Amino acid sequence: MRREPPQRLVDYAPIAFPAIMLTVFFVIPFATMIAVSFFQRQQGGFYIPAFQLANYERFLSLFFANVLGFSLMLAIVVAICCVLLALPFTYLLARMSRKAQVVWLVALLSVLSLSEVIIGFAWSTLFSRTAGITNLLVMMGVMSEAKALLPSFGAVLTGMVYQAFPYTVLVLYPAIVRLDPTLTEAARTLGASPLKAFFTVVVPALRNTITATLIMVFIFALGSYLLPQLLGRPQHWTLSVLITDQAVYQSNMPFAAAMAVFLVLVTLGLVALTAFVGRKGEAA
Amino acid sequence: MNALRNLYFVVIGLFLALPLIVVAGVSVNEKQTLAFPPKGFSLSWYGEIFLNPEWRNALFASLTLAVCSAALAVAIALPLSWFLWRRVAPWANIFQLLGIAPFTLPPVITALGMLTFWATTGFYGQPWTAVISHAIFFVTLPLVTLSLGFTAIDRSLVEAAATMGADDRTIFRTVVLPLILPYIVSGYAFAFVLSLNEYIVAYMTVGFTVETLPIKIFNALRYGYTPTMASVTILFVATAAVIFSLVARFGDLPKLLGAMAADDK
Repeated sequence: MRREPPQRLVDYAPIAFPAIMLTVFFVIPFATMIAVSFFQRQQGGFYIPAFQLANYERFLSLFFANVLGFSLMLAIVVAICCVLLALPFTYLLARMSRKAQVVWLVALLSVLSLSEVIIGFAWSTLFSRTAGITNLLVMMGVMSEAKALLPSFGAVLTGMVYQAFPYTVLVLYPAIVRLDPTLTEAARTLGASPLKAFFTVVVPALRNTITATLIMVFIFALGSYLLPQLLGRPQHWTLSVLITDQAVYQSNMPFAAAMAVFLVLVTLGLVALTAFVGRKGEAA
Repeated sequence: MNALRNLYFVVIGLFLALPLIVVAGVSVNEKQTLAFPPKGFSLSWYGEIFLNPEWRNALFASLTLAVCSAALAVAIALPLSWFLWRRVAPWANIFQLLGIAPFTLPPVITALGMLTFWATTGFYGQPWTAVISHAIFFVTLPLVTLSLGFTAIDRSLVEAAATMGADDRTIFRTVVLPLILPYIVSGYAFAFVLSLNEYIVAYMTVGFTVETLPIKIFNALRYGYTPTMASVTILFVATAAVIFSLVARFGDLPKLLGAMAADDK
């Protein structure tokens, strides 16, 4: 059957339901959010329609600049850690037997699907004084006394790397599986050690993939809304945490919406960058 | 070299498993404490999920939400991906993009969009609003698996059916549907598991009227720990692992995750 353009009205019927659903329940909510970002906050209630830039003007404070700077820095560190850990892992994974690959993929998907609430709870338990990893160290005689490792920046970073690591592997996986195995074979035949072959052949061949993955993991980490709150101190709160906080606890919807719009702009800019890098990669 | 590789995999495996091992240990404490290594052994905290009405209600709320929203997500994704496969209509790709957008953006944004939308339309807090919100949020997953499934269909099969006089409806039922079914199931499974675990969208839409399990765990985190949180966590991990293993057993997981080269091996 040839693919053909829809001709009669009935040909359009199948797309009607998805189109309506996505328009009504995604495009319109998105537009609502943008509209609300210009509204005026009402004490105790929600908001009243208005057009003011006050919500955006609040960005121009030192506090907000700090939060933004910290969010970006944290997401960059998480992205770099994840790619450093995941790149050799995925490369080795892709060369394992199919059966072993499936087992690891199931494990990674299971961790990836875990709620942030659950990841936060699990790590806060692991880092706690009563049930934490330090108890194991005490049992082994490495430490003299159990202590709490949170709240701290290290705890936030560990939790977020844990959350983003499976995602990183799954983003890298398709590109690495498709990598031509003869590339490394050639390097090995010419006398390169496996490590040398990895760094001089595989990594340069994947340069664009790595850049794109860094950006995608960065966006993923920007979205983390609970871990900084559960594992860190208030100075470790990110933009996503602040949006949740303003929307839910301070019930300042217009300001939350303005921050969300800002976050969308940052994200979209980065998605465009990823697409650009990806296209350049294909052309090369 | 092999030893080095194995060591690396053990370290990563430990990193992934360690929090879950500790949580599993905490979940079998005999008394209501979060001690590790556990003091005593008891499975009563697993029973608590089903016996304590608060946790049981949360479990049922989560299951209902996941079952319905995953079904709705598939119902949106199937006609859309079929249309894109069957017709030449470049303008329709915009809907594919709209389907993928909520999942690509930080989740807080979708959540806030939904919150302002339901508050403006006056339905804020109704349980069904969470079903629609989750379906839109997770429509990406069936959309991606189904698009993959449709590209894998050999068009000559469809051509043969058409030559022999089958119309679109018959072709869909007898040729396309059986071929696409594994992809429908895996798309549903992905959306189901993620919906079960989702917190922020559910919280911002129905957080004050319905308590799903992640919301319940978060509230418990704020107002006093109990080992039930640990047993629920283990239940969730086990559920996800079972469902993804089934997907792997009846489908081609490496291929679903984008490893097209899997067939050449």
